[in-house]
Amino acid sequence: MASIRLAGVSKVYPDRTAAVSELALDITEGEFLVLVGPSGCGKTTALRMIAGLEEISSGTLTIGDRVVNRVPARDRDVAMVFQSYALYPHLTVRDNIAFGLQLRKMPKAEIAKRVEQAAETLGLTEHLDRRPRNLSGGQRQRVAMGRAIVRKPHAFLMDEPLSNLDAKLRVQMRAEISRIQRDLGVTTVYVTHDQVEAMTLGDRVAVLKKGVLQQVAPPQELYDRPTNIFVAGFIGSPSMNLLQARLEADTGTTGARLRLGEQTLAVPAALLAERPRLRDYIGHDVAVGIRPEDMEDAELVDTPDDSALTSTTDLVEALGSEILLHFQLDAPPVVTEDTKELARDVGADHLDAASRKSDIIARCSPRSRTKSGDPLRVRVDTTRLYFFDPETGAGIWGDPSSAYQHKEESHA
Amino acid sequence: MMTTPQDEEGPRTTLASRITSLLGSGLVQLFLVCVALFWLMPTLGLFVTSLRSPQDNASSGWWTALLEPAQLSLENYAALLDNPDFVASFVNTVLITVPATVIIVVVASLAAYAFAWLEFPGRDWLFLIVVGLLVVPLQVALIPIAQVYGGAGLYGSILGVVLFHVGFGLPFAIFLLRNFFAAIPRDLLEAARMDGGREITIFRRVILPLGGPAIASLTIFQFLWVWNDLLVALVFADAQSAPMTVALQSEMRQFGANLDVISAGAFLSMVVPLVVFFAFQRYFVQGVMAGSVK
Repeated sequence: MASIRLAGVSKVYPDRTAAVSELALDITEGEFLVLVGPSGCGKTTALRMIAGLEEISSGTLTIGDRVVNRVPARDRDVAMVFQSYALYPHLTVRDNIAFGLQLRKMPKAEIAKRVEQAAETLGLTEHLDRRPRNLSGGQRQRVAMGRAIVRKPHAFLMDEPLSNLDAKLRVQMRAEISRIQRDLGVTTVYVTHDQVEAMTLGDRVAVLKKGVLQQVAPPQELYDRPTNIFVAGFIGSPSMNLLQARLEADTGTTGARLRLGEQTLAVPAALLAERPRLRDYIGHDVAVGIRPEDMEDAELVDTPDDSALTSTTDLVEALGSEILLHFQLDAPPVVTEDTKELARDVGADHLDAASRKSDIIARCSPRSRTKSGDPLRVRVDTTRLYFFDPETGAGIWGDPSSAYQHKEESHA
Repeated sequence: MMTTPQDEEGPRTTLASRITSLLGSGLVQLFLVCVALFWLMPTLGLFVTSLRSPQDNASSGWWTALLEPAQLSLENYAALLDNPDFVASFVNTVLITVPATVIIVVVASLAAYAFAWLEFPGRDWLFLIVVGLLVVPLQVALIPIAQVYGGAGLYGSILGVVLFHVGFGLPFAIFLLRNFFAAIPRDLLEAARMDGGREITIFRRVILPLGGPAIASLTIFQFLWVWNDLLVALVFADAQSAPMTVALQSEMRQFGANLDVISAGAFLSMVVPLVVFFAFQRYFVQGVMAGSVK
């Protein structure tokens, strides 16, 4: 077990594309850190640099109290679980698990003991003499885990270990990885594209975009206080609705009004008190974020007019425990570098900046009776609105420092 | 992964369709048996000839022996094995073929691993040169190499013949193995590296077992080429180091031939490669890679 420290770690390829820029992370002993981001954001490259499979262009990587920039992978004493599992096809499960110990010339009796123990932890005992080709996907995944845990390494590195499993098995293995990591208390760096895995597994989650670290925080903080539009849009499913809006002073109260196209929402005075910097934006454009789960069909709840939006239901997706309502609002979508990157990640090619309308998704109670084509009125939980600077994309929160910090990083 | 009931039942078969398919596959099999027999004919002829006396061979065709098995005997073989010259040439063939094959397989597999998986400057250019050497015909090198050998004192020796075979066998061997090794998933090598393997350990414990089929093929091909070679041996081997092919060739006469020696010798020289083939064919296992990645 050991801490892992990345200080200004960068990876620049010979063609001068930067896969990872100035990554700074302090992973404490026993911590479960998840690296998450869209494909091509450099998360796997970062992991491979920690593993020693990829050379570090600049910066220092410390495992325990040893700088390991120049230490080959085999001497770093970290174990990796590959996305493809990478099991040795010519070896039995037993030998696959024992391989790393055999190479370290450990006594046979000790190897046998450790393999038995690992197999028991993972429920592989009766498969020890089979070959990988005779195992199911889930069993192969376990063998890959077993190979990592028998070595009792300083750290586990996992590269999307669950992405080749079907949905049900993934949920089961996710819980199992979490349990094993907590039992063994081994420092773990886990790369995933799946934000549900990121949220459920990580003690802290690091969000990367194009090789640049955006935010590192415990999952709930990431959800509640995203540092910028990118993190806000990436964390949460369905993702946050992002609209261009205008903050206006509300003459009658100490609060403010948020103009979304032709409609307005009241911004409670308490929210303004909590995020004093928001006052600077009164009379200016802002990017506003509304989480789908912060909306509800107004038919089902008591709804004051100044916290309701009206539209027409386009589509109803019933999921049993909830329904997703799709509708449009006549406010333009937020088009920044961040939202373009998010759109690219989900496969939508372009955002239309000139569009006057935005597609909105609300997550409502299944008791809602609305059908597509019906007039719709949704209640917005205005205490949970998110605000971002429309130019920089930085979140507008209480203390000014976090937003400025982001600006500095994006200039670096 | 999942199988649905439809998958297991397969298409519905009627009696007529089953007869058609049986007839179809039956005819194909019959045809294949005929082709195989036709191909075996010369070998069979050679074998029967080698079992008949020179007088019988001179007076009638080998096929007549099929009706009169009494004239078959092992005398030709006994005579051959009593002939010290022939035994010496057989030993020479082994002394040439085994080292030439072993050296090529060992050197080529190490080189192929380096070409496929190690980073070093100029790697791709070097490999291109190796591939380029594939097109150099062996015949153009005979005279220059003979001159070099003359200077180096290798001319006429077994070592000279072996080195020539190694030199001309390596480009193809490296090419074949590199392409096979390069197809081994990168993750496997990286996993071995993470598990603490040095390059030589990875080579020995991951690459070699997985490269088994390719290495077995290469061994068989190389063995056959060198074993059956006449040209190189004819040019470079002197009388003491001549292999069987040269010895048999020297038994040829302008008019008629001493068929008893040639047929038995030729048949013996065919048996050894067959033994090698059957010894290695068990390595041609299908789907060795299954289950490793994904």
